[in-house]
Amino acid sequence: MATGTFAEKGADLELVGIQKRFPGFTAIESLDLFIPEGSFFALLGPSGCGKTTTLRLVAGLEEPTAGRILIGGKDVTSTKPFQRPVNTVFQSYALFPHMTVLENVAFGLRRRSIASPVEKAHEALRLVELDHLAARKPGSLSGGQQQRVALARAIVNRPALLLLDEPLGALDLKLRRQMQLELKDIQTEVGLTFLHVTHDQEEAMTMADTIAVMNKGQIEQMGAPEELYELPRTAFVANFLGQSNLFTGQVSGTTPDALTVALGSASITVPVARAPRRSGTVTVGVRPEKLTLLTSAPVAEAGRNVLGSGRVVDVSFSGVSTQYVIAIPGAGDVVVFAQNMVFGPVVHVGAEVWVSWAVEHGFGLEDAPDEVAAGVHDAAVAAGLDDSGFDSEPALEKA
Amino acid sequence: MPAGPRRRSRIRFRGLGLPIYTALALIFLLIPIAYTFVFSFNNSGKLNIAWQGFTLDKWTHVCDAQGVCEAFTNSIIVGVVATVLATALGTAIAIALVRYRFRARSLISLLLFLPMATPEVVLGAGLAAQFLSLGVNKGLGTIIIAHTMFCISFVVVTVKARVSSLDPALEEAGRDLYGSAAAVFWRITFPLLVPGIAAAALLSFALSFDDFIITNFNSGAVDTFPKFIYIAAARGIPAEANVIASAVFILAIVIVVVAQVTRAARAKRLARLH
Amino acid sequence: MAFTAFSTPTSTAAEPAVRKRSWIALVLLLPGILYLLLFFIAPLISLIFTSFQQPVIDGDIGQYSAGFQWQNYTDAVGQYLPLIFRAFGYAILATVFALVISYPMAYFIGVKMRRWPLAQSLLLTLVIAPFFISFLLRTLAWKQIFSDEGPVVPVLKALSVLPTDGHITGTPFAVVFGLTYNFIPFMTLPLYAVLERMDVRYIEAGADLYASPWTTFRKVTIPLSMPGIVSGTLLTFIPAAGDYINASNDFLGSSQTSMVGNAIEANFLVLQNYPIAAALSIVLMAVILIIVGIYVRRAGTEDLI
Repeated sequence: MATGTFAEKGADLELVGIQKRFPGFTAIESLDLFIPEGSFFALLGPSGCGKTTTLRLVAGLEEPTAGRILIGGKDVTSTKPFQRPVNTVFQSYALFPHMTVLENVAFGLRRRSIASPVEKAHEALRLVELDHLAARKPGSLSGGQQQRVALARAIVNRPALLLLDEPLGALDLKLRRQMQLELKDIQTEVGLTFLHVTHDQEEAMTMADTIAVMNKGQIEQMGAPEELYELPRTAFVANFLGQSNLFTGQVSGTTPDALTVALGSASITVPVARAPRRSGTVTVGVRPEKLTLLTSAPVAEAGRNVLGSGRVVDVSFSGVSTQYVIAIPGAGDVVVFAQNMVFGPVVHVGAEVWVSWAVEHGFGLEDAPDEVAAGVHDAAVAAGLDDSGFDSEPALEKA
Repeated sequence: MPAGPRRRSRIRFRGLGLPIYTALALIFLLIPIAYTFVFSFNNSGKLNIAWQGFTLDKWTHVCDAQGVCEAFTNSIIVGVVATVLATALGTAIAIALVRYRFRARSLISLLLFLPMATPEVVLGAGLAAQFLSLGVNKGLGTIIIAHTMFCISFVVVTVKARVSSLDPALEEAGRDLYGSAAAVFWRITFPLLVPGIAAAALLSFALSFDDFIITNFNSGAVDTFPKFIYIAAARGIPAEANVIASAVFILAIVIVVVAQVTRAARAKRLARLH
Repeated sequence: MAFTAFSTPTSTAAEPAVRKRSWIALVLLLPGILYLLLFFIAPLISLIFTSFQQPVIDGDIGQYSAGFQWQNYTDAVGQYLPLIFRAFGYAILATVFALVISYPMAYFIGVKMRRWPLAQSLLLTLVIAPFFISFLLRTLAWKQIFSDEGPVVPVLKALSVLPTDGHITGTPFAVVFGLTYNFIPFMTLPLYAVLERMDVRYIEAGADLYASPWTTFRKVTIPLSMPGIVSGTLLTFIPAAGDYINASNDFLGSSQTSMVGNAIEANFLVLQNYPIAAALSIVLMAVILIIVGIYVRRAGTEDLI
């Protein structure tokens, strides 16, 4: 990057055939990625999926084993971190404890000999509403304040690309929600390209225009948040982003619009447009909140799938909704989320019930049947890790 | 709980036992210091053994005793030079050990551990044998060489602890914020290591200032303060030696206590801010 | 803190990133390593050579030439065997006493005083206070206190603890006392460093799982503080075994309490019998390394630096 100038606007980022091996294991097998300028892009995945490594490669803190990195069309693969128009908001914030907040923010400007660094630093601090703390040392700030200083310290340099490494991971839930919105606002305001790494699916969906879900060093699926949620392509995505009921069976009939999958004596219909695999054994799914719980056998109706009857085996109350688990012979355990419109559960354990959903809510997976179990397993492990804490991430990926 | 009252009385006893034990142990540690301090005011002649009455003369005329101030000056010179050398060499090793991987690591760790595991008398005799076989004249220079040698390992251990506790992300942030390797070192790494380096330097100085055994083997005709005391011990220590030792002691204690109180005050202020 | 030098409680820091520019590492390491090779390793080698030297025929006192006088070792050991045994015996006793005195103190300051950080650090300052005053003067102070005219001896004689013609200075008791006293801070500091960081919830868990305070102490506290115990005992034992101040005539000892350090000093600096002094040094070093090696292996703390 030329000394003394700012990037005019965000730049796009392109990763071509990136591979990264560490002694003993491969963090990224082969990664191709294009992030258009000005977008808020989230890399979402569980611990050890390679997302932090990807970020460090882009920042220049690691060198790829193979492949190229282009920022704004320029190959930066072999340049040093301080030569790249990229700045990072670190997970631990990495604020220099021996400098004041102002000195921290002015650090990058001074290194590049940019004119009037103090004024620009104050300006950046005003953007994050912390200018009144400019003379403090970072140690005396709260977690949220430190996070905002870290953000100011990065964006004051007007990088073409801003990297966010789980920047909200250390904050408590309420502050995290607030910072998510603030970050999004700031991104819109400054118009830079943001690359955000996170394991928190809700955070990614709230903030990003585009999400790439990573697992085991590969991108499973990429797209707008709604698209990923409504039409997951793999078992991993279907269960990592929210929950899904998955059913595997033989394709028993096809019309130009719909695909029918036999499931024991029952059958499920899925729109052809939402099913990438259209013959042989396929896995189809539906989100639990799309299901309707019925206490009597429904009348067959075009455009609706019905499964049942089955027995309620578990009911758990979680505030806005209640989760029912229903054991349906031939289909296995089916999960239903029902809004709590009335007091208490609608049905109790042991009750005989049916479930139904609109055909257009179903989706088919790209996964071959033998890949489904692995994807479900990975997503379950990832969810388990989420509960136990996100701190294991850097240790795993930086090793 | 049937044994309630008895249990409570036992807990009370245990609660008091440990502080009393600690107090006694501390008094035990401090008795000779108090003795040395009190006898710095003894109106004694050459022999400072029996109490002869109180005087401030020894404090005001500390250099009157022959050789004591020269020896003290030599100790300061040796301490300062050896501290600077050992701190520079040891800090560099500590940084390399934490931040870089290399094959000879365990060998180097052993090389650093051995001087600490070698009795001083062996270190002293070894260097003396070396100087003897090379025909080197012993004096201030050889004392400095010896002190630097045994201080290096202690510096490495002290600074290493500090380097390991540094978040590597701080240096990465420096690089990310357009800092060259030199800028990152001098503006981030080094300032953050200063407390560890200072602690190592203080430790080196203390070790050097109080060393006698190694010095005795490598000093030739030059006296340091401990060597002065050792030689004088045969015929009686002048009270002036007590004065110097007491003054150094008070200075050191004041520095340490002031540092601790300010740190505690700062911690309290920080706690209030949050 | 340097006083935990002898053991690293399982390194918690994440493995640092591998960096390629090893030439920087070389530049950082080289001066210090060269220094140690030149002024630590070379002298040890030169000590070995000296230990095999033979006297120059018709030469002056202190003149020796290169040789392979294995006899120096048998002479040295034959002549000074009691001093070698005494050195290790005294050092072991002093180490045990220092541990017994230090552990409760370190536990109190490190664990019980946690709620009062300022008081904790001030107490710790009292523990290291002896470092700030010449250890020769401190030892001499004990000599005066224990002298026949001092305050202790007459009292003990009056109580008939000590016979009327008894002394304290110059006895093995005085020497072990002095060694214990002088090395207590070296014992306390590493113990403190470990105990201060110890999670008290382990102790609470012990109590919760029906262990008596004594059992909890034996089964939980002691094993957890093992790294401190290992460092502390080594930091006490090694210098104590080589010490010659406490045992010397002018301090707390007499000719009956001489340790191997006294023999090394006398042979090197007074008698100028360098080969014998060198041979004794090598023997002392070898015995210490063997004892330390066995001890460290048994205590299970092999990660030394």
